[in-house]
Amino acid sequence: MLDAARLRADFPLLAAAGGARRVIYIDNAATTQKPARVLAALDDYYRTSNANVHRGAYALAVRATEAYEGARERLSRFVHAWAPDGVVFTRGTTEAINLVASAWGRANVRAGDTIVVTAMDHHSNLVPWQILCQERGATIRMVEVTRDGRLDEEDFRRALERRPRLVALPYVSNVLGTINPVAELTRLAHAAGALVLVDGAQSTPHLRVDLVALDCDFYALSGHKMLGPMGSGALIAKPAVLDAMPPYHGGGEMIKRVWDDHASYAALPHKFEAGTPNVEGAVGLAAAIDYLEEIGLEKIAEHEAALAAAAVAELGRIEGITVFGPQDHRAGVVSFVYGDIHPHDLATILDQDGVCIRAGHHCAQPLMRRLGVPATARASFYLYNDLSDVSALAAGLVKAGGLFGHVPA
Amino acid sequence: MGTSRPEPALVALYQDLILDHYRRPRNQGALEHPTHSVALTNPLCGDEIDLDLEVQDDVIQDVRFRGRGCSISQAAASMMTQVVKARPRSDALALAERMTAMMHGDAGAAADRALGDLRALAGVAKFPVRVKCALLPWNALKDALKS
Repeated sequence: MLDAARLRADFPLLAAAGGARRVIYIDNAATTQKPARVLAALDDYYRTSNANVHRGAYALAVRATEAYEGARERLSRFVHAWAPDGVVFTRGTTEAINLVASAWGRANVRAGDTIVVTAMDHHSNLVPWQILCQERGATIRMVEVTRDGRLDEEDFRRALERRPRLVALPYVSNVLGTINPVAELTRLAHAAGALVLVDGAQSTPHLRVDLVALDCDFYALSGHKMLGPMGSGALIAKPAVLDAMPPYHGGGEMIKRVWDDHASYAALPHKFEAGTPNVEGAVGLAAAIDYLEEIGLEKIAEHEAALAAAAVAELGRIEGITVFGPQDHRAGVVSFVYGDIHPHDLATILDQDGVCIRAGHHCAQPLMRRLGVPATARASFYLYNDLSDVSALAAGLVKAGGLFGHVPA
Repeated sequence: MGTSRPEPALVALYQDLILDHYRRPRNQGALEHPTHSVALTNPLCGDEIDLDLEVQDDVIQDVRFRGRGCSISQAAASMMTQVVKARPRSDALALAERMTAMMHGDAGAAADRALGDLRALAGVAKFPVRVKCALLPWNALKDALKS
């Protein structure tokens, strides 16, 4: 396992000492803390390189543009994308998916068409497709999950019989931690004539992503879930697919020439980046990638799998706790319920010991319905967590059990 | 760290009376002929309440609720139905103001016997993120009486 205590020293919020209560942050599927190096990169950008990009007649603007385009190349290499031109910076996963639903969807989806989604998709990979389908008279087909929290592959094959225009699915479930066999599912979807959009919000921070090997058409990610700044993220697509799409937002930066009543558009990726971009976000994201690469995504994945396994085992020893999700192929996300104690009550009680967990529907209401619960409690681990955090979680839950008369406190 | 002894604030929050209302809610269900019905959700945490009132001659003759959510929101709903039943509309609205004041730490409100079992919820004031849970049924009541 990683030396998490040493890594925490790199994170000012987690390393806070001098009277401050230690924060045991295990809500990493929601967002992650930032290493000092990322904060320094943001600071350094504004102190040394700030100017508007792509229009510089002076050296400072060239420096800003190089920082921004350098971040694009860094991200492209990190996920083994097809080409840097296929990397469009967005505010995050949600905007990336909305870009595809809006620009690709309006040009390609017609009445009677089908869009396939899954019952473990986050609302951000469901609602944009609902809006598109309602507008176009198309249909949503939701693939079911199995009782142990996997995608039902039989149902997936049945859904493909409808010859959908696109299949949208998560690489890793933000509730169950399930790691979906995305390469295999993409192959099946392509054979049925569908494009594939993969929600990479929960996979990119935690495991080695190889987009050329996955062969999906669109991949969306958020910088803030991988140690980067909020408001950073990207849509990464096969350049040919992206190039054939009409633009998303109109404005500056995305045009080639503009006449009174029409315009021609810039080449990729700028065609999809109207307006002044979030240069600071891209620069911070690149610094986060450098940090993650120095540790190694394989080691991070192994570390988190060990923490999740320990959490599943410790929680399993507390009578009344039900853990959701599969036994294997699981990322560092552990969702559970505890008897009749509502997840919000668990979160309040754990917060007294500085333990930060998420309680609620996790933006996955269709999945909650299938699990038969209105909400779950969720612990989600990252590189700076260790077994003592798992113990703090378990101790807090035993305390909650005592308060609610489940177990002696 | 690692201790499982609950802090006094937690013990006050999750006292027996509150857990009793959570587990055995009073006036649960639907009214056959409600004069006022309101459904309210806290979109942040998903707590839900459906409140039915039967108001005649400006008096709340009967009240029932269906709810889903944390112990605080559900206990608050159960306790609220007890204290507003058979009260004039204006009294119920005044109690809603007392309850809101108590949730913002008003000690005078917390000592007001008119709030009945609801005084057990005074400890919620120490947990600012949970105040909205305790006020959810009261906001539903205010919406219903205004409708």
